[in-house]
Amino acid sequence: MTPQDRFVIVAPVLRDVHLLRRDLAGMTLAGYPGLADPCNAIVPFCKYETIHFARFVVLEDNTLQERAAYPQLLRYKEPIYLCFMVDCDDSACDLLSQIARECPRLHEIFEYCGLDRTGNLAEWMQAHRVRPSTSYVNWIGRTVTQAREEAKLHAELRKALPNCDAGEPQALLSQLRGQVSPELTSPAPTPLSWRVRNLVHFYAPLVAAALCLLLFPLLTLALLVAGLAMFVVALRRHEQSDPIIDWPPPPALIAQLCKGEHHAVTNQYTAIGSAKPGRFRGTLQLAIFYALDWVARHICTHGRLGRISTIHFAHWIYLDNRRRGFFCSNYDGGHEAYMDDFINKAGFGLNFAFSDAIGYPGTDWLFAKGAWREQEFKRFQRRHQITTDAWYKAYPGLTAHDLARNSRIRNGFEKRSMSDDEIRRWLAEI
Amino acid sequence: MKFAAGSQKFSVTAMAYRMVQADDVQAIVKTGFGSLKGAAYLLLRVIDPVAARIWLRAQSPASAADIGARSHVDETVQIAFTAPGLRALAIGKEIICRFPLEFSEGMAGNENRSRRLGDIADNAPDRWEWGLGDKEPHVLVILLARTLKRAATYAKAVQASVELAGFAALPPLLTTDMDDVEPFGFRDGISQPSFDWDGARQPGTAADRDYTNEIALGELLLGHRNEYGLFTERPLVAPGAKNPHLLPEAWEGGGRRDLGLNGTYLVYRQLEQDVRGFWTWVAEEAARARVSSDDLAEAMVGRRLDGQPLQDLLIRAIPGIDAKDSAWNGFTFDTDPDGLSCPIGAHIRRANPRTGDLPGGRQGPIDTLLAMLGLGGCPRPGAISSALPWPQNHTVWPGGAPEDDAIASARFHRILRRSREYGTRITREQALDPNSPHPKAGLHFICLNANIARQFEFVQGAWMASATFGALSGEQDPLLGNREPFPRPPVSCHEHATNGFTRPGAEPTRRRSTGLPRFVTVRGGAYFFLPGLRAFNWIAS
Repeated sequence: MTPQDRFVIVAPVLRDVHLLRRDLAGMTLAGYPGLADPCNAIVPFCKYETIHFARFVVLEDNTLQERAAYPQLLRYKEPIYLCFMVDCDDSACDLLSQIARECPRLHEIFEYCGLDRTGNLAEWMQAHRVRPSTSYVNWIGRTVTQAREEAKLHAELRKALPNCDAGEPQALLSQLRGQVSPELTSPAPTPLSWRVRNLVHFYAPLVAAALCLLLFPLLTLALLVAGLAMFVVALRRHEQSDPIIDWPPPPALIAQLCKGEHHAVTNQYTAIGSAKPGRFRGTLQLAIFYALDWVARHICTHGRLGRISTIHFAHWIYLDNRRRGFFCSNYDGGHEAYMDDFINKAGFGLNFAFSDAIGYPGTDWLFAKGAWREQEFKRFQRRHQITTDAWYKAYPGLTAHDLARNSRIRNGFEKRSMSDDEIRRWLAEI
Repeated sequence: MKFAAGSQKFSVTAMAYRMVQADDVQAIVKTGFGSLKGAAYLLLRVIDPVAARIWLRAQSPASAADIGARSHVDETVQIAFTAPGLRALAIGKEIICRFPLEFSEGMAGNENRSRRLGDIADNAPDRWEWGLGDKEPHVLVILLARTLKRAATYAKAVQASVELAGFAALPPLLTTDMDDVEPFGFRDGISQPSFDWDGARQPGTAADRDYTNEIALGELLLGHRNEYGLFTERPLVAPGAKNPHLLPEAWEGGGRRDLGLNGTYLVYRQLEQDVRGFWTWVAEEAARARVSSDDLAEAMVGRRLDGQPLQDLLIRAIPGIDAKDSAWNGFTFDTDPDGLSCPIGAHIRRANPRTGDLPGGRQGPIDTLLAMLGLGGCPRPGAISSALPWPQNHTVWPGGAPEDDAIASARFHRILRRSREYGTRITREQALDPNSPHPKAGLHFICLNANIARQFEFVQGAWMASATFGALSGEQDPLLGNREPFPRPPVSCHEHATNGFTRPGAEPTRRRSTGLPRFVTVRGGAYFFLPGLRAFNWIAS
């Protein structure tokens, strides 16, 4: 299995943002604002067969005025950043060096962020890499090559099936196997270092908890109970006193965002906002990001994040010494449907993940209300959304459901023997 | 900038459900006027707002209170306005901007919306007969009368009167009474949500984990609680506007008046149906698939021609479906996750997938918790293991398949339909006979909802027009789809077709149909605001 990796480069824009935006627009397809031309001259994504998704986005925050509710934040002046994010198979480090080597025009883009004309692009990019606090991958281990090959297999089987005439499942299966000859790359072995790191990451909190309970059972329990009680009191105090910030997103922003949406089955989403100040919210947010990351790495690894099965990749990333953060995702379906899906299937998860952001609709007991204040939540998320300047997806017509189904089809195709029932199920997938 | 402190209070007791004042609600919200067989739709453009308002003041649209056992309406009007219409009637910008964006932009007002609704290529607004530019209606007058003939005379008379009163009228859109059968020949309008007019419903309880057909009134009427237990955004008028006494006070206070209360949004799409194309294709495809034409067409619709469901009826009762109706609507698709009886992509399954809040419905607390976390449900027996193909033997969490939970809960996405047919009805034999004439026919699709984006646009965009509904691929609604590849170059390197249709219950080699032509073409459309009657009087004042 080849695990997925990513690199995220974030650097403040020091020169004219409008010119930078114009240059980034040069990467996009004519008539499709925000959609990167796969073969554009700056970073020809199509050349890199390990890239799942990539985006360039100018992190220009139009919601800083919401900080007016928190006077202690007013002294900070936050910069505008440029973010270049790539989700890929294998080592992101190697890919980064390769891109730096092969895409000289990327140099010009990062010159807006202070890269010297004579500076070393790869080193500069490495120096500006940030680590997402939480990353979600829809299906850990599914590579771009796999996704494409399996889609091809599905298409071939779909085409071949009506031409078959065998009646019995087994005969039909062998007839189909005879008719298609797909190219299916065998899986690479899982890198040992990744397995070790993953195991350590999985067991670390469990072992720590077990050790505490075994060595100091009473102390641990006492601290836990006291901590929980204090946490609940503090949480309720914050929830009841956090200012309500609720106004509609400017129509011009929505119009701008709409231009880049719904050109394919998958859409991109980037949102930026400020974190609520104070030690309590800050610590809580850190703990939540740790928990989310752990769940995403070890529990929600195959096809869905909670009940949401439409997200391909998502990242939460801190900015400005944790005063701000941004969230990026790649989801199937329309924007309104994405939000409805979120509210109705995972409202509690949204509250958990985002309630430490300024402007988030008021929650109760961390999980309740919040996103279920439907229209207030929808206004909040649209207000904080920003336009993605150039976005790339390696398999534009395929949803996460398609990818999972194609894997099941391949699985059956390669299986040595299947019962009649299994074959019937398998045929139904085609 | 001001910030209120503390979390908002939404307790039910603090703001009791208000009783609906039936005399403030236009009657079409409550009834489809089944006894008034004649109807015509007049689309007007305001030329002179002063004269137009005088004419409007002279109208008295029937109210829901006029409809009932004792009273008796022979002919009446119902009146609705588009955003440009309100603007043309000199309603201030500051009031129109209080309406939701989808209404103020209009059905044809944004390319993103057109892409979502499937209004591209031959369905694109610039090809519509009405709806855009100088054919964009301002006011919709629905005329209802006992017979078709009387509706036609009524329409003529009203048209003559409006043209003297500051309006220009687009050609009137007449209807045909096809006895509740739409032009393809299927019984139509069988399933409607049942709205909770008494305010007894408490949405979001454990009961809603199963499918419910009883829907909070706020999904239909503004100013009432919706399925979230909240009030859908609605236009309020700031103090100081004209004639404030005509409008009720808004409960939000601040001296504001409620323009939205008891109003709703009316979505109008004129859908032309190619009856000949439909039955010709069905006959050819049925021959290829070795099934009868009826079986194929019924699988596409999800009901028999006479309206009987393909699905087995449930033993338990569904809230909001009474005993009389349960022969037609007493079913869900939970019993048929693979679409063996009713294909997953069938028209009625897309229009209302009859899903509850949680897959698996109402169950024990542990199962509920697991289902909420996406870990619940049983892996389907006999399914090809959804384990990773690489490495073999990698175990996955033993939850149900994600595709079983692909569809949103239906109660947030219901619409109340008020459609009528138009044109000439032809039989299937006539449709298949190349020598018989081929008259135009179709549907004046009209539906009512309180939140256009979450209700109509969601149903049309995420369910009907979507090529990826319910984890399917490459197929749109078998009746309504525009069949345009999505995505297509240059967004993807090759076209992804959307013109398929799958009947999982059929033999594997003949299960999938491809190359469906377009059977339905959009000829016009707009979003209207159907105000409550006090709001109507205020607009007209």
